Amino acid sequence: MPTAGADATRLTKSQQTEPLLVVEGLKTHFATPNGLVKAVDGVSLSVARGKTLGVVGESGSGKTVLSRSIMRLNTAGNVITHGRVSYDGEDLLQESPKEMREIWGVEMAMVFQDPMTSLNPVVRVGRQMTEHIRHHLKVSKSEAAETAIELLRSVRIPEPEARFSNYPHEMSGGMRQRVCIAIALACGPKMLFADEPTTALDVTVQHQILNLLEQQQKDRFMTMIMVTHDLGVVAGRTDEIAVMYAGKIAEKAPTGELFADMRHPYTESLLRSIPKINQPKHTRLAAISGRPPDLINPPSGCAFSPRCPYAQPKCFEQTPPLTAAPAPGHQYACWFPVGSPEGNQAWETNMAAGRLQTLAAAGELNATEDIPATIGGG
Amino acid sequence: MVKVILSRLARLVATILAVTFITFIMTALLPGDPINAILPPDAPRDPEIVAQIREEFGLDDPVLVRYVNWLGNAARLDLGESYVNRGQSVMGEIKNRIPVTAQLAAMAIVFAVVISVPMGVVGAYRQGRAIDQATSAASQIALSVPNFITGIFLIWLFAVKLRWFPASNWNRWDKGIWANFRTAVLPASALALSQMAIFSRLVRSDMIATLQENYILSARAKGLNDRFILLRHALRPSSLSLVTIIGINFGALLGGTVVIETLFALPGLGFRLINAINSRDILMVQGITVFVATVYVVINTLVDVLYAFVDPRIRKG
Repeated sequence: MPTAGADATRLTKSQQTEPLLVVEGLKTHFATPNGLVKAVDGVSLSVARGKTLGVVGESGSGKTVLSRSIMRLNTAGNVITHGRVSYDGEDLLQESPKEMREIWGVEMAMVFQDPMTSLNPVVRVGRQMTEHIRHHLKVSKSEAAETAIELLRSVRIPEPEARFSNYPHEMSGGMRQRVCIAIALACGPKMLFADEPTTALDVTVQHQILNLLEQQQKDRFMTMIMVTHDLGVVAGRTDEIAVMYAGKIAEKAPTGELFADMRHPYTESLLRSIPKINQPKHTRLAAISGRPPDLINPPSGCAFSPRCPYAQPKCFEQTPPLTAAPAPGHQYACWFPVGSPEGNQAWETNMAAGRLQTLAAAGELNATEDIPATIGGG
Repeated sequence: MVKVILSRLARLVATILAVTFITFIMTALLPGDPINAILPPDAPRDPEIVAQIREEFGLDDPVLVRYVNWLGNAARLDLGESYVNRGQSVMGEIKNRIPVTAQLAAMAIVFAVVISVPMGVVGAYRQGRAIDQATSAASQIALSVPNFITGIFLIWLFAVKLRWFPASNWNRWDKGIWANFRTAVLPASALALSQMAIFSRLVRSDMIATLQENYILSARAKGLNDRFILLRHALRPSSLSLVTIIGINFGALLGGTVVIETLFALPGLGFRLINAINSRDILMVQGITVFVATVYVVINTLVDVLYAFVDPRIRKG
């Protein structure tokens, strides 16, 4: 098939070992009447060829803006971007709009969150699948149609020939997301962004879509960034995970390492908020107390400190830098990391002082948004 | 689809009945005795002749009876005769004059669409930039100038100064398409200007909303160029309001080209309607009004059907 993904065997040794994507100090700020919204505030990461990076965080943590900034899809007129996004050795932030159009679809593609709104309702699925194939690969209409039907088949849409001439509203949400994936794959991108690809779907369909993405990623040797708010989604399907909070990376580690030895209290809170199947019925959901931070005036010190069960006076004053953990590739930004002697000490201190966030995290108090952002011991 | 069309047709008939009834009652309520229109002003008011005429025109029947009689005739496309010009059938007069008015209205709409759609699209695409400010200001001005002023200006520039087009009069189709077109250009342009302003604002605002949609971002992420996205992805979902307003305004133009027809001395329907009103030619007024109203309703029904072509989601209705 002419649209197959990057072929691992064609690459030289150095190309294979060099990361496909390197992001350095990326900042994306939006100038608004209320002030500068620092949606992404100094993110550095890299993704090796053929690997999958999971970007995890709550709504408003900057993960969607991050993926759009890397792809340069932020269209708002008030956007200010700094830093370096090196893709295959080229700095994307320096490319002209015309050069970006040659990269979009062909080199990198994106699967969006809501398949109900990311397909044009008045254009047949077939044309939405073929227009960029024809544009980028310069093939005839019938060749593009053949490719598209083949793609529909590969994302397991039954009767692809009939579905080809459907309008989006004639399909279910899961099927539309399959179409969106097929569209993203159509020109054989080397890099795929999946921005909350299953958030808008039924739980049963979520699983299928995730499996489909994983399988396509392996088959085509694609590099993938999977953005989600659900640690459960990325747990078994990524090589590395970056946890984002307030536009910064809170913790970053290979997936196994992260779950085995998480250091950041925010990561721990995220994991704790996933309901477990073996919990008794009607167990109260362990929510993270407080609200996501204000990105215009983020809290001083560590942005998570007002909600953190471990927070100590130092956390409210000094921003913790990304620090390397003993395990390779593991970094975290915390003064009192989970599981460390300092962290345990901080927890005990807070429990003794009756810090509400700590009591809530310990399950002794109902975590609500109403717990005030307290400074110090509580 | 058949079911949709049938239900639309039923609604159409009901609307036309309501429209004709209201028009009939309203014209019946007009002050002044129709006799004064039928008899020349200087003719002697001989009670016997008056009674005979009242009998002949059924003026003494109750208004409902007159309406039913009139409706029965109207169903056979007989709208009666002019009170003033005896022997002149209302239907004949409409047939005679509607081509002029319809052509003016259609040309005005076409001119307006051809100019306003690119204007609106560019305005939305370059929202807030100089070109958007300029086109917005231009349409604001176009909207605030009455069309007879535009007409006078067009006559002065293109007829008097440049001598490209005639200042008045009308050539029918049989005199050749170009001869006809030449006489229609200026009045149609005068009518088109305010339409263009309305259309371009609608297209612009709908387009701005459409460009915020997720599917536009998806199209960009596919590497399509902006022109393709604007024309092939954004324009159609942004044209529902335009289609609606075209329907409404075309109907309005059919009855509302009076001023321009008068200014350019064109033998159109609006000109005739004003004439009929001035001379209390009630049957003529009724006939023309009902005709325009009916066309209006029919066009808007067509627009409803057209929606389905613009937006496939409506087809299942």
